[in-house]
Amino acid sequence: MPAMRYREALNQALREEMEADERVFIMGEDIGVFQGAFKVTQGLLERFGEKRVRDTPISENTIVGAGIGAAMAGLRPIVELMTINFSLLALDQIVNCAAAIRYMFGGQVKVPMVVRMPQGAGHQLGPTHSHSFEAIYLHVPGLLVAVPTTAADARGLLKAAIRDDNPVIFIEHESLYGQRGEVPENGEPMRFGEAAVRREGDDVTIVGVSRMALTAAKAAEELAAEHEVEAEVIDPRTLRPLDLDTILESVRKTNRAVVVEEGWPHGGVGANLAALIQEQAFDHLDAPVARVTGADVPMPYSKPLEQAAFPHPEHVVQAALSTFRDL
Amino acid sequence: MRPTRLSRILSAPFRLLVRALIAATTFLLARESRDVGRTGGEGVTSTAMEAGDSVKVAEAEAKAAEARARAAEAHTRAADAQAPGDGQGEAERAVERRPPEDVGAEHPLPEPEACRRILEKMALIRNFEERAGEMYAKAKIGGFLHLSIGEEATIVGTVDAMRDGDYLLSTYREHGQALARGTHPNAVMAELFGREDGCSRGRGGSMHLFDLERRFLGGYGIVGGNLPLAAGVALSCDYEETDDAVVCMFGDGASNQGTFGETMNLVALWNLPIVFLVVNNQFGMGTALERHSAVTDLSQKSAGFGVPGHRCNGMDVLDVHAAVTDALEKARADRQPQLVEAVTYRYRGHSMADPEEYRTKEEVEEWRRRDPIATFRRRLAGDGVLSDQDADRIDEEAAKAVDQAVEFADQSPFPDLASLYDDIYVYGDQVRGWHTVDERSPDVHPGEHEREAPEVSHELAEAGAAYANVGNAQERRRRQRGNGEPDEDEGEGEPGADEREEEGGAD
Ligand SMILES: Cc1ncc(C[n+]2csc(CCOP(=O)(O)OP(=O)(O)O)c2C)c(N)n1
Ligand SMILES: [Mg+2]
Repeated sequence: MPAMRYREALNQALREEMEADERVFIMGEDIGVFQGAFKVTQGLLERFGEKRVRDTPISENTIVGAGIGAAMAGLRPIVELMTINFSLLALDQIVNCAAAIRYMFGGQVKVPMVVRMPQGAGHQLGPTHSHSFEAIYLHVPGLLVAVPTTAADARGLLKAAIRDDNPVIFIEHESLYGQRGEVPENGEPMRFGEAAVRREGDDVTIVGVSRMALTAAKAAEELAAEHEVEAEVIDPRTLRPLDLDTILESVRKTNRAVVVEEGWPHGGVGANLAALIQEQAFDHLDAPVARVTGADVPMPYSKPLEQAAFPHPEHVVQAALSTFRDL
Repeated sequence: MRPTRLSRILSAPFRLLVRALIAATTFLLARESRDVGRTGGEGVTSTAMEAGDSVKVAEAEAKAAEARARAAEAHTRAADAQAPGDGQGEAERAVERRPPEDVGAEHPLPEPEACRRILEKMALIRNFEERAGEMYAKAKIGGFLHLSIGEEATIVGTVDAMRDGDYLLSTYREHGQALARGTHPNAVMAELFGREDGCSRGRGGSMHLFDLERRFLGGYGIVGGNLPLAAGVALSCDYEETDDAVVCMFGDGASNQGTFGETMNLVALWNLPIVFLVVNNQFGMGTALERHSAVTDLSQKSAGFGVPGHRCNGMDVLDVHAAVTDALEKARADRQPQLVEAVTYRYRGHSMADPEEYRTKEEVEEWRRRDPIATFRRRLAGDGVLSDQDADRIDEEAAKAVDQAVEFADQSPFPDLASLYDDIYVYGDQVRGWHTVDERSPDVHPGEHEREAPEVSHELAEAGAAYANVGNAQERRRRQRGNGEPDEDEGEGEPGADEREEEGGAD
């Protein structure tokens, strides 16, 4: 299996899907001549030309809206937004149109569109450029939400997203673009709704979302090395659909659960998962489900404050140990 | 091959034909290496061939051929400009965007006092920006850093035309705006360094400067996000029946956001005292004006909404000053909102990590030759207002002030970790019960309201902050390696310099 960077894996998925289907095209700010703010679309303009790789003005709501319209009329658009923060400008089109249109019109039409964008803190971009919003999109029926963390998943899930007939919110992570990983050669799309068990363990289940799957894996190593706790680490990979079965199965084995996410605590992925776990596996729990989230603040610019405001392995270790307290 | 020059010496009847042929060839060549322009169209080859087959080309066809030839020439110029060894003397041909010749007018110099003030401000901004760039390279500044070098006349001409009571709102490219408005360079640099003494207490950073006292109501990181806010500020001026007005600055790229049209309509409908200053620096990130806006005379873009526009030479501080003075007068006295487009250029990349593959060195050079500071200095010396030596002294003073700002910023403390939850809400009787909590630890952090977090919360905040790796970074790394501990810095925390590069230009 060749190793490649997360961004290269995404690039390859885009190339392959555009080669396979003429109806697939990509548009976004600075994706063509500039090759993408994070260089995911490098070389695509040269390969596919301006008809299929379209630089757009800075008009998020309209770009996404145009993507939805094109999808309704039979194309398969991929819209790149520079970061998830700017998707807030397109929230109306995403929620009121992309997610609702099929239902609202009684199933007569579909919206096969992908909105790709990265999220995440850690680069000192301050309160307007650093957030993690998977919880916002998870909230909305009608959308599919992917949060790939490895190069293989990035490629496999993006291919699946492009072939899917539903609107997909495809959330990448700024800190993952440079990460290398093995990518299978067969080029097959992966399936949505299949979580990955990144590490097996009997003592506590740790679910890590987006980049936090890696933070959780690090914490698990430390739990094993320092605390004799064997954690099972689960990366859900997609939040809608959610592979709840894999998570519940693990919780029934470990009797403890920790959910780690970068976004805010209230109404977060962890809040949702904690509810689902206690509803469906209450009798198996030996401790309350613990959550590790970003701090409940707009992301500060200053380096020490910013680093203190999103989860690191230490936070996860503490939370995991807390589920053993009082026993 | 020099198609433009060649065509110039050819007599008129043959010009079209030869142009089309040359253009078709060079276009194909250029396209092979650099197929990026929007102007390239299908059918160039066949049309050119037809033109070659017969001299009796239908007039319409000839016209089309010429249009395509023009497009092809643009490609050729760009390709030429890319060619190594192309002399700078050829820049006339080589550049795609040139400084405005026909925009704006000559103006008499203001009082010597004002001339000095204007030069001082421009020199301060230039020096500040250059040092900020250096400090970014030294990782004293994080995140994105957008410099305004080249845009000094636009900034100072605008701000100097404002009254103390007027409000200013800007984008993320706003160090110069804050400085011109009078914010102390120490406070601006400290903000860039993320320190407590910064003008936003280290919370906002380079893109989010603020100075209420000087009525600088902020830099905003979301493109187009400041326009509606500015309308609201103008509403407040009007509502309170003051004589104050608002200036809202934004880029050419921002004129494509929905907020542009919506805000223009609102301020015109409500007759608000506001001036929009479009800093047309030719690019929105890596996308050139003509590739992002169908109407490239941006002063035309607001008129249909009821906001008349004017164009000024953004490289000439006096022209900007005159245009903004006039516009503010109309906005203030006649309650007729205005738009001013300043045609200018940014010398540096969009942000610090920008390979600038979308333009040529020659083009940048061409604009640098019209440098707003050098031009103004020449004018002052020529008119006997300020000698070159005086101007040099002003520059030295500016450099000194910036040195001090760096020193100040470096000494200023990072914000206290316990202040993480400060200033999310206004307190008083209005806010009760829990409002913000930190659930990252098993012990709930009481958040902003009560400072006394449990011990564990403090420890975890510190553990997180340790990833900031500020100050003795290398020292710590060495210690960790010495202890045989894993190097946390290479984890998923803050990326090192390499990785920062790796992150790409971003915005
Ligand atoms: C809503 C939104 N979309 C995209 C971006 C990313 N971005 C930052 S600056 C920029 C270009 C803006 O160009 P322009 O308005 O001309 O201002 P300039 O940077 O040239 O001063 C882009 C696309 C953003 N910050 N906000
Ligand atoms: Mg611009």
